[in-house]
Amino acid sequence: MIELTINGKKVSAPEGSTIMEAAKLAGISIPHLCHCPGIHTNGSCRICVVEIEGMKKLMASCIVKAQDGMVVHTSTERVRMARKIIYDLLISNHPRDCTFCSRNQSCELQQLGGTLGILETHIHGEQSPVRVDISPSITRDTKKCILCRRCVTACHEVQGVGAIFGQNRGFNTVIAPAMAMPLEKVDCAMCGQCTVVCPTGALTETDGMDRVWDALNDPTKRVVVQVAPAVRAALGEEFHMEPGVTVTGKMATALHDLGFDDVFDTNYGADLTIMEEGTELLQRLTAALNGGKAVLPMITSCSPGWIKHCEHAYPYQLPHLSSCKSPHTMLGAVIKSYYANKIGVDPKDMFVVSVMPCTAKKYEIQRPEMQNGGNYNVDAVLTTRELARMIRTMGIDFVNLEDGEFDAPLGFSTGAADIFGVTGGVMEAALRTVYELVTGRPLPGHNLHLMPIVGLDKIKTADITFENVKPEYSFLEGVTAKIAVTSGLKNADVLMDEVKAGTSPYTFIEVMGCPSGCINGGGQPRIKNNVPNYKELRLEALYNEDEGKQLRKSHENPDIIALYNEFLGEPCGHLSHELLHTTYTPRGHFNEYFQEHMQKEYATVMAGMYGEE
Amino acid sequence: MGLLGQNILGSDFSFELEIRIGAGAFVCGEETALINSIEGKRGEPRQKPPFPFQSGLWGCPTIINNVETLANICAIINRGAEWFSSFGVGRSKGTKVFALAGDIVNSGIIEIPMGISMREIIYDIGGGMKDGKRFKSVQSGGPSGGCLTEEHLDVSVDYESLAAAGAIIGSGGLIAMDENTCMVDTARYFMEFIQDESCGHCVPCRIGTKRMLEMLQRMTNGEGDVEDIDNLQTLANTVSDTAMCALGQTAPNPVLTTLKYFRDEYVAHVRDKRCPAHVCAALKEYSIEAEKCKGCGMCAKACPAGAISGEKAQPHVIDKTACIKCGSCKNVCRFDAVYLT
Repeated sequence: MIELTINGKKVSAPEGSTIMEAAKLAGISIPHLCHCPGIHTNGSCRICVVEIEGMKKLMASCIVKAQDGMVVHTSTERVRMARKIIYDLLISNHPRDCTFCSRNQSCELQQLGGTLGILETHIHGEQSPVRVDISPSITRDTKKCILCRRCVTACHEVQGVGAIFGQNRGFNTVIAPAMAMPLEKVDCAMCGQCTVVCPTGALTETDGMDRVWDALNDPTKRVVVQVAPAVRAALGEEFHMEPGVTVTGKMATALHDLGFDDVFDTNYGADLTIMEEGTELLQRLTAALNGGKAVLPMITSCSPGWIKHCEHAYPYQLPHLSSCKSPHTMLGAVIKSYYANKIGVDPKDMFVVSVMPCTAKKYEIQRPEMQNGGNYNVDAVLTTRELARMIRTMGIDFVNLEDGEFDAPLGFSTGAADIFGVTGGVMEAALRTVYELVTGRPLPGHNLHLMPIVGLDKIKTADITFENVKPEYSFLEGVTAKIAVTSGLKNADVLMDEVKAGTSPYTFIEVMGCPSGCINGGGQPRIKNNVPNYKELRLEALYNEDEGKQLRKSHENPDIIALYNEFLGEPCGHLSHELLHTTYTPRGHFNEYFQEHMQKEYATVMAGMYGEE
Repeated sequence: MGLLGQNILGSDFSFELEIRIGAGAFVCGEETALINSIEGKRGEPRQKPPFPFQSGLWGCPTIINNVETLANICAIINRGAEWFSSFGVGRSKGTKVFALAGDIVNSGIIEIPMGISMREIIYDIGGGMKDGKRFKSVQSGGPSGGCLTEEHLDVSVDYESLAAAGAIIGSGGLIAMDENTCMVDTARYFMEFIQDESCGHCVPCRIGTKRMLEMLQRMTNGEGDVEDIDNLQTLANTVSDTAMCALGQTAPNPVLTTLKYFRDEYVAHVRDKRCPAHVCAALKEYSIEAEKCKGCGMCAKACPAGAISGEKAQPHVIDKTACIKCGSCKNVCRFDAVYLT
């Protein structure tokens, strides 16, 4: 511990604390803007400056470490005036459109003005060059950017993608992809982690609400909505509920109130994914153990941000990806075939909306692969934040809503589906089914949980040994499958570099594009600094949903069994392949260059690596 | 010679020297920005502490020196530290190289022992001001150095004395300015350079230098208000106090020193809408002195804006609203009747 004096108070703080952290321990809060705990500290805004005795200049308290005997003043007149002028400077280069900005009432710059007691501004002048870049997932509006660089840190340090960075100099500095190219043209994974950390309206999801309102108001459309598992663990936060409170029932009621004709659950799609992906894994294992051709490790494909990253960064490893579509596009395909048939509606008259914790899914639904019979599987994606906005706009008193239910026949799910929203969940759900199919016994472990892969660690691994298997799987007797689970693209790169080098020891790998999985997705409510453990709370919420259900293995879902009996036939069968599986596109770092110049070479290299198909 | 590389001079000491060429950004003279640049990152400074000697290039302890410092090592090794220390004064030992420029007779690169006076540099080495004009100011330390006055001519040129006067040794730039220099315009000129070279990382430097430039532009364009002087002073102090690196912290030096030593010129620009040195085009006013004017008509012929009128052999007048302040009339007048205010 070190001892210092802050505003005349003696403060003890752990060694290595910053002045801001030490002050917090003493109950002194220092205003700040660019600093974002858990993401970055880069001292660019200078709002948190303080006076340190013996130092000539004011110092950024978010960076400078507290030292023994230091005497600090956090709110002298000199400091207070400096903060006001810096805020004035920021505002002098910021649009005054707060009342019609998507971050109205949740903008950190706006809130800071309140904290600093700003009542007037004095500094005016020219505005920095402006660029608005609308990609399918993310909209960048540089005029609202305050260059705090949180997005740069999220993209480089957290995700390891590095699609955006500072361009130009001085007053002309903008955060943008290289050569100011649009996001859509570069190797951005569309994960949206930048939109979660942005303090202002500079980085947001690309609006999906307009088309949904239009569909809801169109009497000729059958508007079907589905909701991803992670949404229910976080939507309440948008209505000032505590993180970790699940709002499944209220959400179902709100969706009905919004006017959706059918309220389905992406969880159903998750159960379906397990049937398909589990079967695919068993097929690959069967081939590999019987001397056939099989690409292992197999890697999950639920996360479209991860898929896009893989296509850019590991184009030669695409055969490792499961061919399964993501759960919501699977469900979209089922809605526009099986369900459309059942209710006698032309799929062309259906409008499927997915509410997702994800921005990449906005891009995913526009991929040419995601359509069947000329119809896109899903027509619009809303983020958790956008759904909350629609609920508020409709005047729905969300917190006091009665619990409702999802609609049949695509609204019932098992506990295995709930945990799809958190890192390790897809793997555990798949193993619950695969292990039981192979051995006839439930997955061993604590309450069906494979404990080594539960939690928020960056890379988690486990070994599963198949013993006393059913006769038809005798080739698996005594076989140990090594599995790995990771989340966040930077961590995925660690496992993928092994795959690329041919040294990966794993049979099956789960990757979720966002750190900690969908609970922390790019479309989720923005992080709140006062609840640092929000990810853990959202994780617990999903495991509680799982444990609260009677059926917790996907293959036990009676509505899934009915779907195969009535319509699909068998998992990975002909119709499944048509509706529920997909292909991938090698992109390289420069998509267009790859498409133009490397296609021919690509086919040759792939034939050499994986054999002629 | 075997002075570099493996087993130098047959010893077991090996030393590799690698030269990296930067792209030439001004801010990369800031040591942590230089480190970022060498690492292949954008040339932006890092917050200090940690200082480079604690954690520098690729996180390793790093010593950064200017070329001049390294060049001195050779002389120190050959002639000894005592010899080197025999030059200089106080804590500023040895010699210093300056780039002497401006309205001066002899300009060029000079090396002086630390501690000689500014007067010796400007008059003995520089040969004094060109065309016998009066000395007005000297700016020391590059674009972010301070502007000193005639009163400072006997200040000893060393780190401590210059800093006390509000200037720096900095990059070793010395620009001498004569009586025809407008100090507000000089501050504007340096701010234009600095704001263009700001890396854009921190708010005070990125936006603050731009806003200071805009204020100075308003003043030199005759659009300034009296409050602008105080606003500029406050902003300059804040930028200096809060910017992340030395570039931003020193950027306001030309403004702060001219405000301190030449405040009357700022007042003339904003209150009287007058540029005492007759440099700022927007504030110049050409008039014809009736008593001197012979009515020859040369000026009216030369005026590209047709702003001058008058009967032959009668005093001419300039229409101030039509005048474009090009100075042609003054140039052609043989009777010195055209004057500037």
